[in-house]
Amino acid sequence: MADEALFQFLHNELIQYVYKSAEQGEMENGRCITKLENMGFRVGQGLIERFTKDTPRFKDELDVMKFICKDFWTSVFKKQIDNLRTNHQGIYVLQDNKFRLLTQLSAGKQYLEHAPKYLAFTCGLVRGGLSNLGVKSIVTAEVSVMPACEWSFVRMQGLV
Amino acid sequence: MAVCIAVVAKENYPLYIRSVPSENELKFHYTVHTSLDVVEEKVSAVGKVLVDQRELYLGLLYPTEDYKVYGYVTNSKVKFVIVVESSNTSLRDNEIRSMFRKLHNSFTDVMCNPFYNPGDLIQSKAFDSVVSSMMVQAC
Repeated sequence: MADEALFQFLHNELIQYVYKSAEQGEMENGRCITKLENMGFRVGQGLIERFTKDTPRFKDELDVMKFICKDFWTSVFKKQIDNLRTNHQGIYVLQDNKFRLLTQLSAGKQYLEHAPKYLAFTCGLVRGGLSNLGVKSIVTAEVSVMPACEWSFVRMQGLV
Repeated sequence: MAVCIAVVAKENYPLYIRSVPSENELKFHYTVHTSLDVVEEKVSAVGKVLVDQRELYLGLLYPTEDYKVYGYVTNSKVKFVIVVESSNTSLRDNEIRSMFRKLHNSFTDVMCNPFYNPGDLIQSKAFDSVVSSMMVQAC
């Protein structure tokens, strides 16, 4: 589908741009990831508003997570999350065995050190969506073998 | 036709509030503020009326002798409040629902505007015009 490729190209260029402008401005490496994540955060907030416009109200957190795994992931990446695990105490682990934004990079361990850059935007995207739905969380991603990756959400307690 | 329309953020401060200017505006601000309690009550009602639990439209919040107050909450916990005159009996439930729908659509557009930071006051002209079309025409 044409629209999928458009976003992937834009996303790749976005990462190249942020890193190139970092080199010229002599920013530290860590700041680029933060910048990408913050971009994703703002986009996530707007996206969630649009997606939840017609859905009924969510009963609890698990409902929110299921929505993220099914509807949200399908709308953005055209596929569902493959596996969701939780310890029922605020930690959720989502597994995607064929993450769309990584399939073009490699099919194994090559370029593994560059993978974090490509995951930052999506981390922010999910964090922004969750925060707009009332769930403050920290989102991290792990890749061991491309293109499969794992996302962990840790819900932050006691913060309104 | 509404007399007052308000958009209240998740943290219960107003993002946008507009009322017919001929009346005492403070009275409307106060009415909207007190209706927030009723909204909270409806949203957190557990195991009561199951039908309402999954809907975004909250319906009539409470009637005073002059006005009726309707509420609507989005999934991102932003509340819309519409105040109409009690004497205006021609307004049916469906019309109120469609007013809320238009508000929600317009609000979503504001949210997706990259120049708008979530949590700021809404200053979009498009949103203003949608609200004006729903308010009683003041002379």
